Amino acid sequence: MHVAGIGWWSQSDTDWASLAARLRASETVAPGRGGARPAATSLPPNERRRAPLPVLLACEAAGQACAMAGLAPATLPCVFASVHGDLAITHEMCETLARDPRELSPTRFHNSVHNAPAGYWTVATGCHAPSNAVSAWHGSFGAGLLEAAVQACADDVPVLFAACDIAADGPLARVVDARDPFAVALVLAPGPVDPCLARLALRHVAEPAERNADPAFAALPLLRAIALGASSTIRIACGEGHSLDVGVGR
Amino acid sequence: MSYSAAAMDDRRLPARIRPLAITAHTATSALGCGVAAHLGALRERRSGLRPNDFTDAPLACAIGRVDGLERYRVPTAQSTLDCRNNRLAWLGLQQDGFLDAARAAVARHGAARVALVVGTSTASIGATEEAYRALDDGRFPAALDHAALHTPHSLGLFLETVLGTRGPCLTIATACSSSAKVFASAERLIRLGLADAAVVAGVDTLCGSVLFGFNALELVAPEPCRPFDVDRRGISIGEAAGFALLERDRDDAPLRLLGHGESSDAHHMSTPHPQGLGARRAIADALARAGLAPGDIDYVNLHGTATRKNDEVEAAVLADLFPPATRASSTKGWTGHTLGAAGILESVVCLLALEHGFVPGTLGTTTPEPVAAARLALGNEARAPRTALSNSFGFGGNNACLVFGLHGNA
Repeated sequence: MHVAGIGWWSQSDTDWASLAARLRASETVAPGRGGARPAATSLPPNERRRAPLPVLLACEAAGQACAMAGLAPATLPCVFASVHGDLAITHEMCETLARDPRELSPTRFHNSVHNAPAGYWTVATGCHAPSNAVSAWHGSFGAGLLEAAVQACADDVPVLFAACDIAADGPLARVVDARDPFAVALVLAPGPVDPCLARLALRHVAEPAERNADPAFAALPLLRAIALGASSTIRIACGEGHSLDVGVGR
Repeated sequence: MSYSAAAMDDRRLPARIRPLAITAHTATSALGCGVAAHLGALRERRSGLRPNDFTDAPLACAIGRVDGLERYRVPTAQSTLDCRNNRLAWLGLQQDGFLDAARAAVARHGAARVALVVGTSTASIGATEEAYRALDDGRFPAALDHAALHTPHSLGLFLETVLGTRGPCLTIATACSSSAKVFASAERLIRLGLADAAVVAGVDTLCGSVLFGFNALELVAPEPCRPFDVDRRGISIGEAAGFALLERDRDDAPLRLLGHGESSDAHHMSTPHPQGLGARRAIADALARAGLAPGDIDYVNLHGTATRKNDEVEAAVLADLFPPATRASSTKGWTGHTLGAAGILESVVCLLALEHGFVPGTLGTTTPEPVAAARLALGNEARAPRTALSNSFGFGGNNACLVFGLHGNA
């Protein structure tokens, strides 16, 4: 599997070049907390104003990755992963439902679906290819990566993979660990590509991986290996008690 | 007219796939627990819909509710994942020997060789809603204070522990196409050799979010839904659990997954593409993977939600793509729209039609849309389909189409 493009957005680093430089320079990189929002120029201006944060994050990273790969988003099947979905909307909706359910906002409801980023992305880019929205608890990044890679191999086409999460809000913030808003995207291609940022070999193993409860850290071990460029094998969670062993090379 | 799905666009269509055996399947919905209850209700034209008795705040609509979940519990070992959605999953697993069949597959293939792909839109959000109603000084009550209970993957976490699968495990949450897409993901995992078998599941349950959310969008009918009726007024929301076991190299099994297709409308978050472009692409891809033409499909289980827009668009797609001899129906008048579970529930309806040799009609509908009328079965029909196609379309313009068949016909 070839990586043809990478996108990244967090409070600390707003693109792959910036994150890669920090990953090369330091063992400890945190995506960072804060309220800045990405530009998400893949979306039309009116959508940028009203789209929920996970949509902005996912579309920002996805747009970066497609631009780097030089591939038109309209033709790429896409897989969007998130541990929690839109925790801000979950909080707002549950609060409204507890107070007066008939005040529930129709827009908030249709934005609450787990596939909101996939929906906004395919509408904005005119993409009629298959789109997916997946989750696998702390293994969401790994499971989404596997799903995208499997689809790329099964249909012999490049596939866009994006993962994002946002900080928990309200009472939910005491229950789930999610603090650093982030998004990552990879364009995966089964055949040779130019540019080729890395080659990945994925193997599913029924053994656990070390993991951080905050979703924003899940992608960093793989991204660090890609940034360093040396051949290595890393293990990332793709579920409870299962993992992906990812061989990373050039 | 050629009724060739491939003629619709100039894309490279996917290659034909090797059919997968479906060696066990079951469903639980407002029609009852297990396939016999569904077969009986379909044959006797008994709807499972009832006036809304689920919400505390009044909401005049019909719902498809599964009885007894309030008193049901998941096993003690999984009690931190106890919620309406996982209770329905656990109840559904007990039917038709499915739990034993799935565990036998785990023993036969090895746990790491059995994948688990689940589809849900509600997941356990009902438990999060409940926690917000019971906040104590801004905190969740102790019984609901478990992080895993408030994740979209709560169904996958629960099923993985009770089934004992250790292969790839994934939740697909693409609204109302979720549990149709599970068949596609599972087929790819088996085709590429990451698994020898897969349990696919879809479970969605009634909760405030969907009942009041669809109501806020003005998509809920005040009376039981009437799919494709000229006077239809919207959906009736239901809940369901469905399961299927997919295995490679089982030539003895009569039921087969022949093809799948997925697509995106690229039009709007909650309104279908006016010409059904995404639906057409999903159908074309599913037929191509099955190696079939539209005229080879004997029965189409339509998405048929009974909203003005879905049925208008889907009726036109049906009339454009399939010859008049094709029999088609929406079975949502029996079960309601079970959202994230609709894909697999209606897949089980297709399997029942194939196994038992009948075409279920369209309950609750008296005057069909003229464009749908020729192909739409209103009453049940005593003809034995050999192939069946099921449509599922979700918010975000997310479409999936599945083709099933009897062995020997592929």
